[in-house]
Amino acid sequence: MATEILMPALSPTMEEGTLAKWLVKEGDTVQAGDILAEIETDKATMEFEAVDEGVIGKILIPEGTEGVKVNTAIALIGDAGEDMSAAPTAAAPAPIAPVAEAAPAAPVAAAPAAPVADHSPDWPEGTPMKTQTVREALRDAMAEEMRGNDNVFLMGEEVGEYQGAYKISQGLLDEFGAKRVIDTPITEHGFAGIAVGAAFGGLNPIVEFMTFNFAMQAIDQIINSAAKTLYMSGGQMGCPIVFRGPNGAAARVGAQHSQDYAAWYAHIPGLKVVQPYTAADAKGLLKQAIRDANPVIFLENEILYGKTFEVPDLPDFTIPFGKAKIARAGDDVTLVSFGIGMTYAMEAADRLAAEGISAEVIDLRTLRPLDYGTVLASVQKTNRCVTIEEGFPVASIGNHISAYLMQNAFDYLDAPVINCTGKDVPMPYAANLEKLALVTTDEVVAAVKSVTYR
Amino acid sequence: MAAKRSTPAAGGKTNAKSNVSPDELKKFYREMLLIRRFEEKAGQLYGMGLIGGFCHLYIGQEAVVVGLEAAASEGDKRITSYRDHGHMLACGMDAKGVMAELTGRIGGYSKGKGGSMHMFSKEKHFYGGHGIVGAQVPLGAGLAFSDKYRGNDRVTFTYFGDGAANQGQVYETYNMAELWSLPVIFVIENNQYAMGTSVQRSTKSPSLWERGAAYGIEGEEVDGMDVLAVKDAGQRAVAHCRAGNGPYILEVKTYRYRGHSMSDPAKYRTREEVQEMREKRDAIEHVRQLLLTGGHASEEDLKAIDKEIKDIVNEAAEFSKESPEPPLDELWTDIYADA
Repeated sequence: MATEILMPALSPTMEEGTLAKWLVKEGDTVQAGDILAEIETDKATMEFEAVDEGVIGKILIPEGTEGVKVNTAIALIGDAGEDMSAAPTAAAPAPIAPVAEAAPAAPVAAAPAAPVADHSPDWPEGTPMKTQTVREALRDAMAEEMRGNDNVFLMGEEVGEYQGAYKISQGLLDEFGAKRVIDTPITEHGFAGIAVGAAFGGLNPIVEFMTFNFAMQAIDQIINSAAKTLYMSGGQMGCPIVFRGPNGAAARVGAQHSQDYAAWYAHIPGLKVVQPYTAADAKGLLKQAIRDANPVIFLENEILYGKTFEVPDLPDFTIPFGKAKIARAGDDVTLVSFGIGMTYAMEAADRLAAEGISAEVIDLRTLRPLDYGTVLASVQKTNRCVTIEEGFPVASIGNHISAYLMQNAFDYLDAPVINCTGKDVPMPYAANLEKLALVTTDEVVAAVKSVTYR
Repeated sequence: MAAKRSTPAAGGKTNAKSNVSPDELKKFYREMLLIRRFEEKAGQLYGMGLIGGFCHLYIGQEAVVVGLEAAASEGDKRITSYRDHGHMLACGMDAKGVMAELTGRIGGYSKGKGGSMHMFSKEKHFYGGHGIVGAQVPLGAGLAFSDKYRGNDRVTFTYFGDGAANQGQVYETYNMAELWSLPVIFVIENNQYAMGTSVQRSTKSPSLWERGAAYGIEGEEVDGMDVLAVKDAGQRAVAHCRAGNGPYILEVKTYRYRGHSMSDPAKYRTREEVQEMREKRDAIEHVRQLLLTGGHASEEDLKAIDKEIKDIVNEAAEFSKESPEPPLDELWTDIYADA
């Protein structure tokens, strides 16, 4: 029986085309793969091949015809000797995929339907505490998780014999050996990809970037391979991996070594993003990150490594993702920050208290998932908000929080939200300019005075 | 370490080798034909608007995956680029699930959320289907890393094209794979054109497998239109990796008959060049002739196989049209695994 040859779609965007030239005539016998016609698409002139063998019965659309819609019958093909002159012209149209109805909009995949603030304590009351640096807390987190799970390993530049470029992995090579504490060549793109592959293979890699500035070399593997594969595989292929290392400005190292990537990674569905401030959070969140079944970006800060905090003296504790901490309670204004930004937020709160302004300081701790509930509840109480981060101002975390508050707490706001950020310039080297390029406590204080109209 | 090179038989016409039985020869014919007919059908469905976006067909290159799968054992892994339909069929994935993914339906391997370039099967140890040129190379080495870490003797076939062979991450991976003795077989499917740019227009060092020597990796060039030669080389590569000798490179010389993707006007090569390969070097015709002249199969036997394959492909096409589109709530699933 004769079948229709339909005008093909020869590019992802083609809706119609010109049947430029027939290369066969009625009565010709063709094999699969023979060129039937030349068709001009929206992009180029393409050769159109036969998909089946047969005899060309009737040419329905003459060459030179413009604007032939995709799926229009252009010729008939059938068996030798078959009479196709009377073939049905109203053959069943090609099945076209039904068009799905527009999906309901949901602005942020991870956003809970009704954000709830969780203010439960991170560890039981009365837990004995010890003093530790952030550096020691991070090392202990890795060591504890490596003791508990043989599939956890650490790889990166200078993590082994050198004991860590910033001494985070001190002692790990001695305890776990070279199989699990792996020095890599200086090839971020390559070893990040190898680690992602190892995670696809069922291991739990921790990748240390000497700094997140160098992760730019590897960002394709982080985003296109690690973050998207679970979705692209329909849930089959997860990627349990932690990418960690110092992020943001250190001191006097210039533009290429001084960038805060918080907003970059927080932009990506499929990643979880953590940026701790205290040693206790660094430990509890890193342990949580290593146990998580998803790719986690764990942003540390070189200046915070040597800072000491009280850490719970517990054999095992973790801090859940998506739970912000009220670092200081207050009534007049909400300061929202994370990571080293907390340094400015806490200093500002002290100075403001001396002037009679009571600031509530929220440490977000994780940027994805983000604890909208805690921010919202605080702003509904204080009616004012200032965000603080070291990153660039355009498309910053502060911008996102401002937009969220405008949509969800518009009637509660007594002043516009102000974002205190790093300046919109590459980081300069000169000491005075570098100081000016970063966010300052003075700026936070001034912003608070502005939103409180003092 | 000196790299070695296998010598393809004169004129590329390899006789049936002792490592292949008549039954296996028939199996090769069947598997290669399945890929070709599947891809022809995919092209047809694309023309009907049932498949969208990018669609990269494997027609012409069938002997590469079929020959290498014949050298693989249960538990070995494989990973490739976006020209991946043939790899999936060759490792035993279901034609229906692959075709339904191409049409973006819930019955597809990725529930319609991956498409032609992004499909996976944990069950068949197929790790994708990757859309970024060259990115699958370190990923493949990482899969091999996971096997070495566990101390088993599995190997990973990491496929990439002559275009990807110029990516920096390939050489970063060569370096670490040899440094850490990873059991990975780097399979360069050299079909001579990176999209529209020929190897000669991409590099002054066109012998791609020899680049491994700079990192101490052994390898060889293989006639990729001869499935027997491919299996033979694959067995050497597998033995090398399983014995703990680290990676191995196979540069498989092959040819893609169709365009880079469906929207390729193919102005960078002549129709005669394509026609000559089809007529003189076709991998399926080669095996067909071996079966007939060797007296291993009759025309009728082969016709029966043709019919069987046609039925499988038609069934896959029907399934891919009938399987529903994913439910709308699938938009929001599989973004994060349960922690």
